[in-house]
Amino acid sequence: MSRKVLLSANEAVAWAACKAGCAVASAYPGTPSTEILENVAKFKDSISCEWGVNEKVSMEVAIGASIAGARALTAMKHVGLNVAMDPLMTYTYVGANGGLVVIVADDPGMHSSQNEQDSRNLVKFARAALFEPADSQETFDMVQAAFEVSEQFQVPAFVRLSTRTSHSSTVVDVGDDFGAGRPERKAYVKDIRRYIPVPMFARPQRLKAQERTAAMRAFACETPFNRVERGDNRLGIITSGVTYQYVKEVFPEFSVLKLGFTNPLPVEQVKAFAASVERVLVIEELDPFVEEQVRALGIKVVEHATELNMLEMNPMRLTALRKELLGDVELPAVTRADAGLPTRPPVLCSGCSHRAVFYTLAKLGATVTGDIGCYTLGAFPPLSAMDTTICMGACIGNAFGMEKAGKTGRLCAVIGDSTFFHSGMTGILNVLYNGGTITTIVLDNRITGMTGHQENPGSGRTLCGDVAPVTDIAELAKAMGFKRVARVDAYDLAALERVLKEELDAPEPSVVIAGGPCRIAAKLMNAGTCEVDPVTCKACGACFKLGCPAIERGEPTPDGKRFKSRIDPVQCSGCTMCRQTCKFGAITKIR
Amino acid sequence: MKTMNVSLVGVGGQGILLTSDILAKTAALAGLDVKKSEIHGMAQRGGSVISQVRFGEKVYSPIIPDGTSDLLVSFERLEALRWRHLLAPGGKVLINDMNMTPVTVSSGQQAEVTDLDERLRAEYPSALYVDALAVAKEVGNTRTMNMVLAGALSVLTPFSAELWHQAMQERIPAKLVDMNLKAFEAGRARAVTR
Repeated sequence: MSRKVLLSANEAVAWAACKAGCAVASAYPGTPSTEILENVAKFKDSISCEWGVNEKVSMEVAIGASIAGARALTAMKHVGLNVAMDPLMTYTYVGANGGLVVIVADDPGMHSSQNEQDSRNLVKFARAALFEPADSQETFDMVQAAFEVSEQFQVPAFVRLSTRTSHSSTVVDVGDDFGAGRPERKAYVKDIRRYIPVPMFARPQRLKAQERTAAMRAFACETPFNRVERGDNRLGIITSGVTYQYVKEVFPEFSVLKLGFTNPLPVEQVKAFAASVERVLVIEELDPFVEEQVRALGIKVVEHATELNMLEMNPMRLTALRKELLGDVELPAVTRADAGLPTRPPVLCSGCSHRAVFYTLAKLGATVTGDIGCYTLGAFPPLSAMDTTICMGACIGNAFGMEKAGKTGRLCAVIGDSTFFHSGMTGILNVLYNGGTITTIVLDNRITGMTGHQENPGSGRTLCGDVAPVTDIAELAKAMGFKRVARVDAYDLAALERVLKEELDAPEPSVVIAGGPCRIAAKLMNAGTCEVDPVTCKACGACFKLGCPAIERGEPTPDGKRFKSRIDPVQCSGCTMCRQTCKFGAITKIR
Repeated sequence: MKTMNVSLVGVGGQGILLTSDILAKTAALAGLDVKKSEIHGMAQRGGSVISQVRFGEKVYSPIIPDGTSDLLVSFERLEALRWRHLLAPGGKVLINDMNMTPVTVSSGQQAEVTDLDERLRAEYPSALYVDALAVAKEVGNTRTMNMVLAGALSVLTPFSAELWHQAMQERIPAKLVDMNLKAFEAGRARAVTR
């Protein structure tokens, strides 16, 4: 019997975790992985789940649950895995007790990321097990298998998704008996030789990790997730993850070794497959992770000029490859009609409090180190008030480093509330401790905005909607020892400018909390409307500097060089920032 | 049946993802294999958004190759041009008769397209248009604009209205279903060529 549902791979992870009897789940949001925990929360009766403060903490929570004998899950985007690597690297020595499954979602093509990383390299580096599902059904099956493998081999088991699998919905047969699994809990037995890897205990653990890899390699050759689909043997294609789908579409007639379990690689199976075909071609997404290992076995792999090892894979790229290798296809004829079209980049919402801060920083001519969040959009014209963005929390160290390198003039770091909790707290402590004078501005909108409004330690709610303590960032900074801590309503442009000017110019370190609730999360997108009086408007252009999507070009001046402004009542959310920029009183709030 | 490729494009916040969800659900209810793929994230507000739905006996790739969309549904007029390269020769086009000025234009950074009508006519001589916002207003709620488009789109798919209704009932919160069904029905008869 079957029960078929349409699920994204992110949803399928949650369903599988429930069915596998996962007891604890923790994650920090990050596109494209965010919906995993949001869906796990739908099974909160059987899974204790939370938004972790960052990926490292979430990994540690999941490891703790695993040590205690429960099945545990953590999920993150590729760059989140960088943050979580420290506990992971040692837990692969210690070895999982209860099954530990880590979901990592890569973002080939950088749809919503600052870089492109093939996480498989880190999984191999950590000596963990690795599954690579090709769709939601496989995700559902592999996450359950990953819990089994984790317990069987006492190893963290990874499931690598990508933006394309995470955000694609496909048909999943979840079985007509779907329900929360109740696997036997492993006992926790105090064992310092295992759980405390001081050097004398870590060395034998290192040997065990090596044995584990050998045992898993044998498993890799037996698991049905690695299988040969026999076809024309003139070409044999080794493929993994979602690229299997593109291979089936573009090279349907050839033999395929479909790899669903790729670390450790099923070496004997690869050798047998290579021996059974005339030529071997490896197709995978991002780095030549499998290909390099196949070559290292002494197997000759087809060389090609078509670049496949960066950006997102798709059927068009494989068609180009087929054209190069076999010469029997053409890419479909494509007509373009986008020449000269204006671009439509994402913008800060109308009424967003972040806009006020960037507008003011631009006015003050400050050098601004930025961070990861909606507010990265403050870098773009007309605000143009950000100089750098590296990674979560980096803005503070970056600004301080610039100061130490002798950068003069107004200098500040800008970070969102969720990013501050994630990895900004240690940064400001370092500034204070080491005698910096930079200003850290926390854009406090009381929500994790860009990933779609997730709760955080400042929002007063948990993932499951329960009431939580609210952490006051100003009090936190004061407790650290900051003497200059200011809180300002970002919607009061005059006050904001006064405070920022004072703090940026002060020869001491300071923290400014520029507050204003996220307009979407606080349901303020229809909170009001402003209007421009076309008679009073002098076409000075001051309000255009806000870059608000609701403010449009109106009537031109007689010389055609300047434009009066006009406010789109549908987009305006009545924040009145523009009214404050108008020296002529042309803008009024009409409701 | 041959796999059918549908691309839905527009601007973040227009309800494209819900519409493609319902299309995918309808195809699944019809017993077909379905893949629905979308790109969001930074495009959450005001950015260009795309969702792709493929259905048939067996569907492999979630991505629709350029030049192979049997149906292009654009929720906004400018976006219809931006995604022209998705359309297969002879593919059908449904356009929401709505202009949303990009902030790059309203702020004066980039030039407005002044010959949009001519360009749309030249690219898509037999496109279907529906003024979904106006129809949604008639129905009584502008937020149902996407379901008006779903209605207009439904007549271009091999699925019955009943199947679409079922998918909507499964996907939309119960208290909003009636309003959305009304919008869907109003959209079914409203698409016209010009």
